[in-house]
Parts: sequence; C-alpha cells; structure tokens
Amino acid sequence: MSELIHDPMVLRQIIMDHYEYPRNHELSEEEGYVSKHMASASCIDDIYVQAKLKDNVIEDIRFDGVACTISTASTSIMSELLQGKTTSEAKKIIAAYYAMINNEPYDDEVLQEAIAFHTVGKQANRIKCATIGWEAMKQIIEDGEAHEQ
Amino acid sequence: MIDITGIRRSFPMLNHKQMQSHDLIYFDNGATTFKPQTVIDAITRYYTDLSCNAHRGDYELAYRLDQAFEEARACAAAFIHASEREIVFTSGASEGLNLVAQGYGRKFLREGDIVLSTEAEHASCILPWMRACEETGAVLEYIPLDERGRVGIEAVAEMMNKNVKVIVLAQISNVLGYEAPISEICALAHQYGAVVVVDGAQSVPHLPIDVTEHDCDFLAFSAHKMCGPTGIGVLYGKYALLDAMDPLYLGGGSNARFDMCGNILLKQPPYKFESGTANIAGILGMKAAFDYLSQIGMEQIHAYEQQLHRQLVDGLQRLSNIHIYNADADGAIVTFNVKDVFAQDAATYFSAHGVAVRSGQHCAKLLSEKLNTSATVRASLYFYNDTQEIERFLALAAEADMKTCLDVYF
Repeated sequence: MSELIHDPMVLRQIIMDHYEYPRNHELSEEEGYVSKHMASASCIDDIYVQAKLKDNVIEDIRFDGVACTISTASTSIMSELLQGKTTSEAKKIIAAYYAMINNEPYDDEVLQEAIAFHTVGKQANRIKCATIGWEAMKQIIEDGEAHEQ
Repeated sequence: MIDITGIRRSFPMLNHKQMQSHDLIYFDNGATTFKPQTVIDAITRYYTDLSCNAHRGDYELAYRLDQAFEEARACAAAFIHASEREIVFTSGASEGLNLVAQGYGRKFLREGDIVLSTEAEHASCILPWMRACEETGAVLEYIPLDERGRVGIEAVAEMMNKNVKVIVLAQISNVLGYEAPISEICALAHQYGAVVVVDGAQSVPHLPIDVTEHDCDFLAFSAHKMCGPTGIGVLYGKYALLDAMDPLYLGGGSNARFDMCGNILLKQPPYKFESGTANIAGILGMKAAFDYLSQIGMEQIHAYEQQLHRQLVDGLQRLSNIHIYNADADGAIVTFNVKDVFAQDAATYFSAHGVAVRSGQHCAKLLSEKLNTSATVRASLYFYNDTQEIERFLALAAEADMKTCLDVYF
C-alpha cells in the first residue's frame, strides 16, 4: 500500500471509480437502520448516511444524497471499509483517517483505499467534503454507545 | 472608453495578489466586490480625522462629521435620482428588504391580500415576505417564469387582481442575470394600487438607475457589491410610504421626544429608521464608492461589462466540455457547468489555478425545474476585470474535465 501513496494516477483512479460507481449508494427501507442527515451551510453536500449496528458490529452502511466527487467517493470508500467491523475497530480506522487528513502520523494499512485522500488538504476548503460521510458514521457509533450506557 | 489600466491600479486587491501560487482572477463579484484605495482611505479618514458621533455634538468636529454624513446621503440620492429624505441607511440590501416586509408589509397587509414574487429570488428578498404573510394571513403567490427562467410582463399581468398589494422581486436575478421589466411592472402594479419592492443588489452596481423613471416604490441595495464597505447599504422608499411605515428598531436617534407614559414622537423619515449610532465609517466609505463609480460613469461601466460578458460567453460557447445556462443574460453573470463534473469540483479546479468562482445551488427550485441540474458554477464580472483575465479563464475552462479537476488534490 505504501508505494501507492506516491502514485497520484492510481489514487485519482480510486476516487473516480468510487464517484462513478458509488458502493452502497441506496438507502434501506428495512428496520434496524440508524440514519444521519449531514448538510453543511458552507457547501452543497447534502447526504444521508444509514448504518445497521448489532452487538457492536456494523452490519451495513448505506448513503445517498446530492454531493461532490470528494464527498461521494470518500463516503463510498468508508461504507466499504467499515462494513463488518466492530465498533471499536471502526473507531480506530476513523481516528486513523482523521489523523491522515490532519497531517498527523497514521497507520496507512488500516485505511486501504481511503489513503486516496491523503493530500486533500491541498485544497483546504474541501476537507469538509472528504470527512462528511466519516463524520456521520462517527456520530452514529457515538450515539449508539451513548444509548447503551 | 474605460481606462482599465488606471482602474486596476486603484484596487489593492488587483495588484500582485496570488491564490494557490497563481495570479488571482476574481470572478465572484456577484458575492462581493473589491474596494478602490479611495474607499479604503475614506474609511480610515473617519477614524483618523473625523472620529466622533453623528447628529450629537455641539462642537466643531461633530459639525464637520454631520456635514460629511449628510453629504453621503445626498450622494446616494443623486446616484439613483431620488431625494435625500427618501434615502435610509441600512446595513445592506437584506436589512432594507426586511425593513419593508416588517415595517410596511406587517403593518398594512390583511388576511386574503396577495404578495407576488418569483421562484428565482434571493433568500433575503423572499423570506421576509414569507414571514410577513404568515403573520398577517396574506398569501404569497409566484409569478411563473418562462422556460428560460425570465420574468415577463404578460406573466405578471395574468397574476394581477385587486387583492395584490405588493410585488417583490429582483431587478437582476443573482442566479441567471436576467433583468426584469421593472418600469412596466411598476406601471401595472400601480393600476391595481399595489406597491413594488425592488431588490437592487445585483442591478444598482452595474446599471444607471433612475427610481423616478422606474417609478418603483422601494429599492434596496448593498454598498459592498459596488466597491463600497461591507455592512452598509441603502433603502430607497417613496417618502409617503416611508412616512406611513414603522421602523424595525426604536432607540436613540430615531425619536424626537418620549415620556415615561409611553408617548413616543418619532422623527421624520429617514431618521426614524436610523436608531443607534450608525455605521459612520461605512457611510463615508460608501460615499467614496458612489464618487468613484460616478467618475467612471455607470453607462460606461455597463457598456464595458457587456463587452466582457460577450467575450466570456462566446469563448465558453466554443468549448464542447462546457454547458452554459444563461448565454442571453442581461447582467455580466455566466452560470455554467463543466460537463460530467459536479459544480463544486469545477470551482475547486478553478481555485487551484487562481480563479475565484462560486459553486452552489443558488436557487434549488429554479435549478431543478428549469435547468435540470442540482448545482451550477457562477462567474460574475465587474468593470475592473479585463480581457486578459477572460482569456486565461477560457484556457483553463478548455482543460477542465473530471481528470484535471481531481489532479488539483495531488
């Protein structure tokens, strides 16, 4: 994975692929899903993220809405990466993602395709787009934990 | 002829400013505009040479400030061919429009009355009337736009009846840059006894305006969109209407006398609307902006902008990767998309190459129903832009696609 970080062509391809063919890009009508609406006043992105949590395992993640390339692709990658993980594993991956975005040391192994966004800070006004879906998932996990306590 | 070199030299923001290591090109003039040095100096001069309160002091310094303050009002009046007593200083177009909706609308609207507007209005124009209608039981109705998104006089005529009391709309739309036939709308409204409230935020900075010729009842605009400071603007209102309506706030400066039994005697317009210490630095800065624009001449400014706009539209129309939504706009506003690229991604591409343009859902309903898109990029020009900037922008636009828009992240 580490040598890929140096190949913008590969990373760009990952982002384009997830934008053109977003994964889990349909909301579920089934019961058992928690939903989070993310709309920021400063940008156009307006998305819904849904997750199904059972016994501290993230069984499913889905999303939909109006969004730019960066938020669609980053949310799509997040939905694949965190599916099937326990909430504590997911929290570690989310923390690594935020560390990467903030230019802090991070474990690139756990992030897999999400490393495509490691230079998103070059366009600082778009950091929000790269984190909007991740922030929704972080809140869903935190809300779930607060609910259990 | 406009002396573009001289003009550009007078704006600090146009001299050697960079964005993302490229010379800055500013095409977001519909949002706000740069300030010439004379405006910046006028603001500074208040704090360095004239610092005291207006309409208060008995000393000579205060007298000199009062003179400058009222001179600014006279300047604003002359700029739109009104009389001084019809010029209310506000914080900007939004406050002006809210003042009319609350001070006039809420006072005079009755249940069953109709307020007419369009689906292309800016939030500051339409939201205050939504609330005024909700509070009075009046009904807000929308004049249908044609297939391009324009307001036509025939469509207004079809909506008119004796219950229509107010028509509120922008002279130039901030989304598509179309000019509404304000004079005809005013003439028609007055036959039915309705008043016309004009949002001039996108028109007063770009066109010669004569309120007596248009015969509009209210006109609101902001200084910062016309080379002036932020936080200051003007509400023009016909004197009899200003006299009849209520102020938004009460307080020092707006009352002539009051007693502890609750009797308040308000001053005459425009002073009854101006309670509290005014944005004096802003008012003096706005005067310098009127002077600056008048010196160049609004006719010249308009003609030059039309020329720039033509160059931009013609150039973009030659590019197969660009879709323009308003090639026939009256104002210097180009609303477009790079094909297959989301608006915000295109705006980031331009930003990474030094160009400031705006992406957004400037008006959701209009976009989805007339333009079939969820978001657009807007390039809005002003008289200090030049042909070289347009050429550089066109060269960048020609290169824009999904790949180049993503390259800016690596």
